[in-house]
Amino acid sequence: MSYVAVQGGRDAIERACESYEHRRSGRTSAPLELDQIREQLHLAVDRVMGEGGLYAPEHASLAFRQAAGDTFEAAFLLRAHRATLPRIAQSEVCSTGPMRVIRRISSAFKEVPGGQILGPTSDYILRLLELDPLEDPVERRNHLRERLFSGKEPEGGIPDEFPRVVELLRREGLVQAVSTTSEEPFDITRRSMLYPAPRSARLQSMARAETGALLFLAYSSMRGYGDIHPTLAELRVGYVPLTVTNPVTGRTFVAGEVLVTEAEVVSRFSEPGGEPRFHLGCGMCFGHNELKAISMGVLDRCLRSTAPSCPAEDQEFVLYHADGIESMGFANHWKLPHYVDFLSDLDRLRKAREVAHARA
Amino acid sequence: MDREAAPRGTFAFLDDGAKKDVRRALLKAVAIPGYQVPYGSREMPLARGWGTGGIQITLSLLKPDDIVKVIDQGCDGSVNAVNIKKFYERTAGVEITTDTALATVVQTRHRIPEEPLTDRQILVLQVPYPEALREVEPSEAQTRRMHAEADYARMWLHLYEDIVRFGEIRISYRYPCTVNGRHVMDPSPIPRWDVPKLHMADALFLFGAGRERRIYAIPPHTRVEPLEFEDHRFRVEDFSGKSCARCGATDTFLDEILMPDGSQTHYCSDSGHCDKRRAGWKPC
Repeated sequence: MSYVAVQGGRDAIERACESYEHRRSGRTSAPLELDQIREQLHLAVDRVMGEGGLYAPEHASLAFRQAAGDTFEAAFLLRAHRATLPRIAQSEVCSTGPMRVIRRISSAFKEVPGGQILGPTSDYILRLLELDPLEDPVERRNHLRERLFSGKEPEGGIPDEFPRVVELLRREGLVQAVSTTSEEPFDITRRSMLYPAPRSARLQSMARAETGALLFLAYSSMRGYGDIHPTLAELRVGYVPLTVTNPVTGRTFVAGEVLVTEAEVVSRFSEPGGEPRFHLGCGMCFGHNELKAISMGVLDRCLRSTAPSCPAEDQEFVLYHADGIESMGFANHWKLPHYVDFLSDLDRLRKAREVAHARA
Repeated sequence: MDREAAPRGTFAFLDDGAKKDVRRALLKAVAIPGYQVPYGSREMPLARGWGTGGIQITLSLLKPDDIVKVIDQGCDGSVNAVNIKKFYERTAGVEITTDTALATVVQTRHRIPEEPLTDRQILVLQVPYPEALREVEPSEAQTRRMHAEADYARMWLHLYEDIVRFGEIRISYRYPCTVNGRHVMDPSPIPRWDVPKLHMADALFLFGAGRERRIYAIPPHTRVEPLEFEDHRFRVEDFSGKSCARCGATDTFLDEILMPDGSQTHYCSDSGHCDKRRAGWKPC
């Protein structure tokens, strides 16, 4: 019996890391190219950017490859990388009005000013597994491109700015007034959240939360543990320009644009005593991730409940548990040795058993 | 060790703004012993729950001439300790040691070294749950109020009920302590064995909870009293009649090792201390 039993062993760790690397890089297939990941697995890349809290498609693709397709791990790599970056500037508050829309739908109204733009979506595709391997993907791609881009421009062209559906309801006084606030947004990456958390902190926290976790909580509310019956006033996917002010010259410039998904959800509500109005929930996240934006919109509404009656309406419950990187790290840490704690547990158990036997 | 690998990026990984944040929280923590200071915890390349709170504190303290020791469950060679050391070597290029006496900063998970620490040393503890009252109250908003009002009745009741029902307090590690006569504090998952080492110590103890975004501290020469009743005193783990099979120690925290034949043997949990004793060193 050697003492090695309780040592981690540096060599063993090195080998384990190498095994992982070997397994990831595959045996016979060609290495994955980053541009293939960015273009063809873009939904995964977008998810990683959102949950990692860093808009960087190249880095997200790199992380996704390095994590062998595990979105938790990939988002984690991105967030850790983010911690090394200084904060150079903060963009001006941006409106999604001038968004370069690639998809925009409303399920509240059949017709909306500006029109419904279906854009790229899997919603209407039959989920039949294509068992035939693609014979000639290049030819198929070219054919698709031709079909999509040889059509006519829509009558009157594509508008520069789409009116907000919620604005139309607001004009009629059917939804709550906008809460205009000039306070600095609460930055959850620089401060620790306190409860009750301000709305900016809640939205920020959910924007980085794990998609599945938000979906789970929003679903619980939609399905029965809560009473949010949402209607999607508007769902938009598109590119939003970010304006930054130069701290020295004071001049503003467009630093670039980010792809975001935005959801505005209205829900049935009648204020006791007050005038009945719809309540509004908002969700917005990096990249194309509709489930996340919708779930976030539902939860934004849930979290404003004045008398929480279910988990999805409890701020601490939702915000403390929806972060994928934190929950994953903690669940994984149980794989570390716990023999000191366990021994201490054993000691208590033995003592308690002694007492129990003595009493019997 | 990979000393030849030059540090890459910023010294000690974190940018200066982040380090300033942590140090500011540390100053407040030292000023109010046992009080949990919220801070903007950064993401580390290690997972949440793997010591990111302790790592952020260490990174914020490190100077190029520091000598660092990292232990996990008492052992310098444990997987997590090895990983964290690799990280410090790579990002700060600091010297690593397994000798407690040589270290300027000791980062630890779940143990305090057997060798007493001096006033030249800092012990950084990794904390999974900073809230000592979590056991009796799930809501953070509530526990913050309870601390503010020094309302610890439910904790006392919890201990009392254990004694009534089981004849013993069931809390094994993470034994709640009153610090400086004011805040009840979670000493992180150290065994009860280590709790007395916190009391009126020469060294500074810093506690970092990365996932929960809290920092707290026990300054040197501060009272740390485990919660106990006059007729039911706090007790540490019982190793009477047992000794380390390597160095023969009878005065250390022992790991229980199960042998292939089902019998038990014991080794020092603090491997550095055990090695030293085997090499002929005698505690003073």
